[in-house]
Amino acid sequence: MPEAANHMSGGKGVPIELRGVTKVFPGTGEPAVLDLDLTIEAGETVVLLGPSGCGKTTTMRMINRLTEPTSGDILIGGRNSRDIDPDRLRRGIGYVIQQAGLFPHMTVAGNIAQVPRLLGWDSRRVSERVDELLALVGLEPATFRDRYPRKLSGGQQQRVGVARALAADPPVLLMDEPFGALDPINRARLQDELLRLQEELAKTIVFVTHDVDEALKIGDRIAIMQRGSRIVQYASPAEILAHPADDYVEQYLGGGSSMRLLSLTRVGDIELDQVPHATEDTDAGDLRAQAEADGRGYALVLDRLRRPRRWVTTKALAGADGTAGEVEGEPAGVLIGGRTTLQEALEALLNTDNDVVPVVGRRQVYAGAVSLGTVQQAIQTIKSRERDRRRRQHGDGGE
Amino acid sequence: MTLTESAEPATPAPEPRLGRSFWLALSPLCYLAIGAAMIVYTQVTGLDSLERNSLGLGFIVRRTWEHVELVFFSTLLVLAIALPLGVALTRRGLRRATPAVLAVVNLGQATPAVGLVVLLALVFRIGFWIAVAALVAYSLLPALRNTMVGLQQVDPHLVDAGRGIGMSAAGVLFKVELPMAVPVILSGVRTTLVLNVGTASIAAFIGAGGLGDLITAGVSTQRNLVLVTGCVLIAVLALLLDWLGGVAQRYLSPKGLS
Repeated sequence: MPEAANHMSGGKGVPIELRGVTKVFPGTGEPAVLDLDLTIEAGETVVLLGPSGCGKTTTMRMINRLTEPTSGDILIGGRNSRDIDPDRLRRGIGYVIQQAGLFPHMTVAGNIAQVPRLLGWDSRRVSERVDELLALVGLEPATFRDRYPRKLSGGQQQRVGVARALAADPPVLLMDEPFGALDPINRARLQDELLRLQEELAKTIVFVTHDVDEALKIGDRIAIMQRGSRIVQYASPAEILAHPADDYVEQYLGGGSSMRLLSLTRVGDIELDQVPHATEDTDAGDLRAQAEADGRGYALVLDRLRRPRRWVTTKALAGADGTAGEVEGEPAGVLIGGRTTLQEALEALLNTDNDVVPVVGRRQVYAGAVSLGTVQQAIQTIKSRERDRRRRQHGDGGE
Repeated sequence: MTLTESAEPATPAPEPRLGRSFWLALSPLCYLAIGAAMIVYTQVTGLDSLERNSLGLGFIVRRTWEHVELVFFSTLLVLAIALPLGVALTRRGLRRATPAVLAVVNLGQATPAVGLVVLLALVFRIGFWIAVAALVAYSLLPALRNTMVGLQQVDPHLVDAGRGIGMSAAGVLFKVELPMAVPVILSGVRTTLVLNVGTASIAAFIGAGGLGDLITAGVSTQRNLVLVTGCVLIAVLALLLDWLGGVAQRYLSPKGLS
C-alpha cells in the first residue's frame, strides 16, 4: 500500500479522532480505557494529563497501535488506523519515549536513520537528513553524528530521540513523558525548544505527562484524565486555569491558578495602560497639560524614534519652557517587550521604583505601560472571558 | 585464563583495548609452546613399544584432529539448535513452553556424560556421530540458557522503541535484540566449546577417536607418559579454544555497549 505511506508522510499535522475507544487488557476486570472520545485538531499540541494508571499512556499507544484497541475507531487524517498495516502506520508517526530509548549499539546517525532506511531512502538522502535533523535539534552534526548514545548526556539523548522521531517528517508525533527523566534546567530548555520546533513544523502532537506545569506550558489544549480514562476537562490551559471543570481538576492543578495564568499570558495579549508621553521635540507645556489631565503627576519622554528615554514629573515640566527633551528626569529604566509573560512583567514591576514599566514593541518603540492594576485587570478579564465562553458552551449543549 | 573462569556465563566484562595485540597473542603462544614441548618430549625420550604405539607423531596428530572435529561439529550443532530455540522461547507465543524445554535440556546435562555416550552407543551404534550427539545433548544447556538470558536482558523500552518507530518484529529481533544479546550469547558459546573439549575425551569409549584414546590407552597399559600427554594436549586445546572464544567475543560484540 504505497498510498498509505504517502498519505502518512510529509510535513504538517493531520487531525486525529478517537471514537468510542475501549481497551481491556486480558486478565484484568476493569477496562484501562473506556469509551473514550477525543478530537485533536491538525497542528495542535494536545497534552494528556493525569495521575499514573489513568490510561493516558494506553490511550496514546492505541494511536500508533502499539496497543490494539479492544473496540472503537481511531481516525488519523481521516483514515481508520485499522486499515493501515501497523508497521507502516508507525513509520508515519513519530514516537518519543522517556529516556529517549536510543539503541545503544548504534551511533547517533544510525539511530536517526532507522525510519528513513525502513522507508527505503537512498543512503545519501539519509545522511543529509541526519545532518539536517541534528542541526534542527541543536546538536552539531560533525561532533555528534558518530557518537554512541551512552556517551551523551540525558538532554542530548532526548534531542536525538526527537530527531529520530522527526526523521521521516511525520505529520503526527507521540511523546510519552519525554522529558520526565531530565533535570529541571534541561527539561525547561527542551520544552522551550519543542515549542520553537512546533512553531516551525506545526505537527499534530500528542504529549503524555503527569506534570501540570509542563502540560500548561506545552499544550495548546489539555485533556485532564481521571482513573478509568475519563476525560474530566478538555480545554486550553487558560480556560482550565480560569475555570477548572470540577474539584478533581482543581485539586490536580494544586492551586495557584492565578499565578500560573500570569506565566501563561503575554504582555502583548493584554490591554495595556497608557501613560502621558511625548517625543523630545514636543513643547514641554503640551506634555504638562497632558500629564495634568491624566493626574498621575509624571510623564514619559520619548526620543525621536519614539523609544522611551526618561520619566519627568509635572513639577519639573511646570518649570520648563523649551522642549520636553530639555527637562531633567529619571531614566526610563527597565523596558519590557510584548513576548514577556505577565509573571516576568510583575517581577520587573516589583524591582523598580516606579508604579509602571514601559512596554515597547518592535525596535524599542513605545507601545504602552504595565502597572499592578493592569496585571490584575488582565487576570480578571481572562477569568470572566473564560466564564462567558463556558456558559455559552453549556447553553449550546444543554437544551 | 582458566577453565573455571571461562565457564561462567558472565556479563560482558570490559575487555582490554585492541591496541594490545602483543598481549592478545601472548597467551595462545604460551599454550602452543606447552603443547609443542609435550610432543617434542615424547618424540625424543626413550619409549617402549606400548608407548610407541600411542605416542607416534602421526597418531597424536590424527587423534588431535579427531578431537577438534568432535568439538567443531558438536558446537556447530549446539549453535544450530540453541540459537533458534533460544529466540523461539523468548517470543511471546512460546514463552509458556520454556520450563518444559529447559527441563529436557537440563536432563541432558544432568545425565553423566559417560553414561550418555555409552547408552547412545548401545541403543544406536558406536562411532563419530553418536559421540557428537552425546556431546550436543551434554553441552546444549549453557548455549541455550545464555541465548535466552541475553535476549531477555534487552531493555523492553528498546524493543518498544523499535516497534514504535515502525520496525517489524523480525526487524527488532535482528537489528536490536540479537546484536544487544551477542556478548552474553558468545559467552555461552565459549562455555560450550570448553565443555565439549573436555567431554570429547570420552568419545574414545565408543571408538570415536579423539585425544581420549591416549588417556584410555595410558590407563589400560599403565603408561603414565601416554596418560599425561593426552591430558596436557586436551588442556592446551581447551585453553586455545577458550582464547579464540574470547577474541570472537571482543570482535563480534557491538560497539557502544560499554
